[in-house]
Amino acid sequence: MTKKTITLNLGPQHPSTHGVLRVLLELDGEIVVDAKPDIGFLHRGFEKLAEHRTYRQNLVLTDRLDYLAAMSNNFAYVLAVEKLLGIEVPKRAQYIRVALVELQRIASHLFWLGTHAHDLGAMTPLFYALCEREDIMDIFEAISGGRLTPSFMRCGGLAADVDSSFVKNTKKFTDTFSSKVDVYENLLTENPIWKLRTRNVGKMSKEFCINTGISGPMARAAGIEWDLRKSNPYSSYEDFDFAIPTGLQGDVYDCYMMRIKEMRESAKIVRQAVDGLPESDGSPIKAKVNKFPAGEVYHSIESPRGELGFYIVSDGGKSPARLRVRPPSFVNLQGMGELVRGQLLSDVVAIIGMIDIVLAEVDR
Amino acid sequence: MTIDTLTEKIGEYIKETDTFRDEITVTVDRDVIITVCRILKEDEDCSFDFLSDCCGLDRLPETPRFMVVYNLYSLKHKHRVRIKVPLEEADAEIDSATPVWKAANWLERECFDMFGIRFKGHPDLRRIITPPNMEGYPLRKDFPLEGSETK
Repeated sequence: MTKKTITLNLGPQHPSTHGVLRVLLELDGEIVVDAKPDIGFLHRGFEKLAEHRTYRQNLVLTDRLDYLAAMSNNFAYVLAVEKLLGIEVPKRAQYIRVALVELQRIASHLFWLGTHAHDLGAMTPLFYALCEREDIMDIFEAISGGRLTPSFMRCGGLAADVDSSFVKNTKKFTDTFSSKVDVYENLLTENPIWKLRTRNVGKMSKEFCINTGISGPMARAAGIEWDLRKSNPYSSYEDFDFAIPTGLQGDVYDCYMMRIKEMRESAKIVRQAVDGLPESDGSPIKAKVNKFPAGEVYHSIESPRGELGFYIVSDGGKSPARLRVRPPSFVNLQGMGELVRGQLLSDVVAIIGMIDIVLAEVDR
Repeated sequence: MTIDTLTEKIGEYIKETDTFRDEITVTVDRDVIITVCRILKEDEDCSFDFLSDCCGLDRLPETPRFMVVYNLYSLKHKHRVRIKVPLEEADAEIDSATPVWKAANWLERECFDMFGIRFKGHPDLRRIITPPNMEGYPLRKDFPLEGSETK
C-alpha cells in the first residue's frame, strides 16, 4: 500500500492566522508532514517608503508595523535616530517612555492571551483580557488622542509632557492589574483542557532558538535567559527592578506562562516608573533636532515579540539612505515549519498562536 | 568587543574598520565571508552565536553598488558587531550564511527579493514577500517608489 499525503491550504483568510498568513500543509491523515508558510500579503513597502520621507515623517509609519505594539515600534525607531544624532533625552522623558512601552507590552500580551485562548477553543479569556487592554487604550487615548496608533514619541523626546491625570490613571491600573492576572490564570493555568492542548506541543530547544534567531518570550520559554532590557539596557531600564522569567521546555504552555509572568513584571516596571517619575525641570520634553550626521547605527529593543531593531544608514540628508527593520515576528515565524512537522493539524493552530505573529510586521 | 580583539581574530581578512557611536563595522571580501562568520561564531572571545539581522544596501551611484550587511550579537558576551561585504552590480552573488546560522534563511531570501542579490548554496532561494511573477527588485534605488506599470 502506498502512503498518500494531501495538501491543505491554511489561510490566507483563516481566523487562526491572525492576519493574512498562508500555510501550505502537507498532511498524512492528521499528521503534518511538511509546512511552508507563505507571507507577503500585507507588504506595504515600508523600507522603500522610509527612504522617501523625512526622519520625522517616518515615525508615523512605524506605528503601522506592529499595530498591537505601536508604542514599542515608535520607541525602537526614535532610539535608533537618537543614537544616530548622539543625543540623550531628559530623564523624565525616559521614564515616561518606559512606562508607556511597558503598558504597551501588557496590552499586546493581553490581546495575544485572549486570541490565543480563543483559537484553542476557550472563549471566555478573550472577554476578560480585552477589558484590561481597554483601560490601557484609554490611557493612551488620554495622552495622545490615539488608541491603536498613538505616534506619541518624537526623535529627541515626546510629543507632549504628561500631567497628573496620567499618573493617577496609570497607578489605578497597576493597583488592580495583578489581581486581574490571577483571574486569567484561574481560567487557564491549571485547566486540564488547556494543558492538554498546550503541554508538549511545539517544543523548542535552546540551540534551535539561537540558531533560528528566535528572540523574546519564545526564546525565554526555551530557557534562554536573555532580555535586551537587562542585557543591553537602554532608556534607564537599569533603574528598575524586575525579573526575567524563563521556562524549561519551550512548548506552547511555557510560552503562555512566560507572557503571563512578563505582564506581572511589566506592571511592576510601570509602577516604579510613575512612582519615581522625575519632576519636570522646566526644559521642553522634546529636544530640537536639526542636522542628521552621516553614519550608520543599529539599535534594538525588547519588543513584546522579541528583538525589534532598526538599522539606519544616513548620508547626512533629511531622509535615511536606508532604513531596515529587524522584525521579530518575521524571524520567529521562520522556525514554524520545523516546529509543526510531525504534529497534529489542530496543533498547528496552537503553534502559530505561540509565535505571536503580527503579519503587518512580518510583511512590512 | 574591541577592534583589537577583532584584528587578532580575523585581522588577515579585514579590509576596513569603522567605529561610529561605539558600534564597530568591519568590511570583508565576499570570498572569505563564511570563514569570517565561522571564526566569529566559534571563537570563545567573540562567540557571535546570534544572527540578529542580514540585509542588503544599494549605494547607487557609488561602486561597488551593493552591500550585504550582517548584524551579529553574542548571547554570551552581550556585544555586537557589524560585517559588511561589498558586491559589484554585474556579479551580485555571495555565499549563503545558512550553514552557519539557520536564521539567515528567510533574511537572505528577503535580501534576494528586494535587491536581487543571489546567495550561493541557499536551500530555498525564492522571492519571499513580493509575488513570484514580480519584475525588478523594489529596494534598488532605481526602482520607482510608485512601482512599475503592470502589463
